[in-house]
Amino acid sequence: MDVSQYLEIFLDETGEHLQNLSDQLMILESEPENEDTINEIFRAAHSLKGMAGTMGYKRMQNLTHDMENVFSEIRNGKMKVTSHLIDILFKTLDALEEYKDNIQNTQDEGTNDNEPIIKALQAILNGTEAPAADEKPAEAKAETEAKADASNEGAKWAQVKLQEAEQHVMADAIVKGLHVYAFDVKVQESCVLKAARAFLVFKAVEELGGEIVVSSPSVQDIEDEKFDFDFSIFVICEASFDDVKKAIVAVSEIEAAEGAEIDIENPLLESAEEEEEEEKAPAKEETQVAAPEAKQEVAPQAADNKQAPAKKAASKAPVVNRTVRVDIEKLDVLMNLVSELIIAKNSLVSFGSNDVSSSGSEFNEQIEYLESVTTNLHESVMKVRMVPIESVLQKFPRMIRDLSKKLDKPMELTMTGEETELDRTVVDEIGDPLMHLLRNSADHGLEKADVRRERGKNPVGQVFLNAYQEGNNVIIDVGDDGNGIDTAIVKAKAVEKGQITQEQADAMSEKEAVDLLFGAGFSTAKVVSDVSGRGVGLDVVKSKIEALGGDVTVKTKLGEGSTFSVRLPLTLAIIQALMVVIGEEKYAIALGSIDTIESVTEDDIKYVENKEVINLRGIVIPIVRLDSILNVEKTKESDGNLIVVIVKKGEQLAGLVVDELMGQQEIVIKSLGKYINCSSRIISGATILGDGEVALILDTNVLM
Amino acid sequence: MDALNIAKEYDSTQYIVIKIGEEQYGIDIKYVDNILRMQNITRVPHTQPYFKGVINLRGEVVPVMSLRIKMGLEEDVITKNSRIIILKLENNAPVGIVVDEVKEVVSLDERSIDEVSRNSAKSETTFIFGVGKVEEGLISLLDLSTVINEKEIV
Repeated sequence: MDVSQYLEIFLDETGEHLQNLSDQLMILESEPENEDTINEIFRAAHSLKGMAGTMGYKRMQNLTHDMENVFSEIRNGKMKVTSHLIDILFKTLDALEEYKDNIQNTQDEGTNDNEPIIKALQAILNGTEAPAADEKPAEAKAETEAKADASNEGAKWAQVKLQEAEQHVMADAIVKGLHVYAFDVKVQESCVLKAARAFLVFKAVEELGGEIVVSSPSVQDIEDEKFDFDFSIFVICEASFDDVKKAIVAVSEIEAAEGAEIDIENPLLESAEEEEEEEKAPAKEETQVAAPEAKQEVAPQAADNKQAPAKKAASKAPVVNRTVRVDIEKLDVLMNLVSELIIAKNSLVSFGSNDVSSSGSEFNEQIEYLESVTTNLHESVMKVRMVPIESVLQKFPRMIRDLSKKLDKPMELTMTGEETELDRTVVDEIGDPLMHLLRNSADHGLEKADVRRERGKNPVGQVFLNAYQEGNNVIIDVGDDGNGIDTAIVKAKAVEKGQITQEQADAMSEKEAVDLLFGAGFSTAKVVSDVSGRGVGLDVVKSKIEALGGDVTVKTKLGEGSTFSVRLPLTLAIIQALMVVIGEEKYAIALGSIDTIESVTEDDIKYVENKEVINLRGIVIPIVRLDSILNVEKTKESDGNLIVVIVKKGEQLAGLVVDELMGQQEIVIKSLGKYINCSSRIISGATILGDGEVALILDTNVLM
Repeated sequence: MDALNIAKEYDSTQYIVIKIGEEQYGIDIKYVDNILRMQNITRVPHTQPYFKGVINLRGEVVPVMSLRIKMGLEEDVITKNSRIIILKLENNAPVGIVVDEVKEVVSLDERSIDEVSRNSAKSETTFIFGVGKVEEGLISLLDLSTVINEKEIV
């Protein structure tokens, strides 16, 4: 059995458990006596430990084990929840998260043992009056070793350090009336294929109904021939010691097998907590059964190729794919639509074979039916791609808590609209920009508590994040009730940095001044803190959000706070677009950014500062001649009438002059690839039209 | 028969021979994904001058560059012999190049290739890693990674 097929589920569930733990810890901090929460935490920690153990991630298992012990003490009322404790537990979660990331990227948990955290956890446990639960196994371990040493001096297996889980399995076996043996197996020094011989030993043991619980060096190392001429194994078996020994020695090129029966006194007769563990124990055994099986598969290979490059397989471990969890109902809808599609196809097929002249109207009917099916299909597939932004927002309460401590500012985060759905690709990318904005609010926005008191504000700063859907967009507002943006300081800073001149600064509107914040390398914080203020914030936020097809706007009032509004398209892959013709080329403009379409005459065009504008119902709108911007060859002379597509970006408007309108169309966005480097960024992508031709998609935001 | 024996003894590589102007160039066949007849290329504004635009290749948008412009020659003249060769370098996205004509496929073994020494190479020859000798003449072998990746000749 190969556990790698469970890796995705493992990662998924680990993520969920970690998030759950983090959420519950937040609750626990505010309600230290909440029993439900404690139980919930305990359960999550316990499952996490079981899962890590099953997958063979030892370091992760150790860490969760210690964490679980702490929770167990809390649950038994032997320990009080303190802020310090919560801090350490959060650190533990971070470390676990790191393991998870490592596993996700390399299938390996990495080599960080996180000693300091384990020590801190144990210090907490030792600090309590009751002896810590995990000391007992440790003692037991010592006992086992001592016993072994007494009877088997010099035996290598006696030096093998047993993991607690492994001891547990052995103890279980003894309870069940099985025998546990330890062997030192020595391979002849002339042996060429040591690994293959080792496998034969394993196999021989398994044929006797034995189960290899522990091997030293590890199974992986043995597979890779990373041992000299001997290795140690611990076997659980019904057969007698002599039978097992004979079976091992019977393998050719095995020089000797020395060992003894082990009698571990059940080191884990403990509280109710451990009883629950029993349930988990079979799962652990499974893993151990699994290991030898996996070996069997490799064994013949190893025998075939003289130097089996087993290591290679390990190093190029597949990186785990990202997944979306889909509601089964959504899949049912999809399935239904696909069957309808098949029906529609079949009726078209029958049309083809029948007398075509029969009727055109029936044919059209079928086409219309087909169209409605594909439209629904598209919608459903889009829904499958949509995930609630909750997954991104979940980590923020914890972050604000940490920031509050670090910055020494009391603050509270309120979030609404966690259920708002966005395309998975957008959700994956939006986390960092939002985090930046929240940090910004916490660090620059909010004042210190004493300042707030002076100003008559609630000393606890309020940070908020509201997400909601608006038309084809999702808006996420991030803001605070802090100081707001002081445009005078912003201007002064920009002048100081030489980004603008004093005259420019004086002529600037509030809005333009605020926009300075989004310029590269701008920070107004007087002191650079390690939270934010290195000047790589808002410009990165802005470019990231624009890359996702959205934009950011700011509303701020000095003394009352500021709000950053992030607008994102619902989905990236497929959009409704207006197709236009310029010269002989076809372009697509996203419908979401179009305000109106106007027909104007050349005479309507006026000039302001030498730039073309039109006055449309009292609003002055700059005119953009797309043909000259896109360097399109003119094919026809203007007859005095212009078609102007009015596009908007936030509150800004611009009128794009086009030659012809083709109509509205649903288009699939394709990237231009990395080779083509469109310097003006006016082309955001391409799409393939019904006739197979490629049309480019205009990013009208760049024009404003 | 002779040729077969040689192929056995030396590593030989197959090259697609293309013509640009009067010169023959060779492209390692393992990088060739497809050879297309000339088709409508959608121009992309504000891009590198040697990119002619993008085409639709089985539902994918693939950029097409002009080898002539990249090499500093005059603009392509599209004839009925013109072809677009879709290249795919290991893990990279496909990219097309416009050539005047695709002639044939030849097998060249190590002995019939002269490496171009890099040091003496002027800007024009940096796209070439060697010259292959065949009966009909010389074939300049294109170093595709520089053809595709190198930014622009100044």
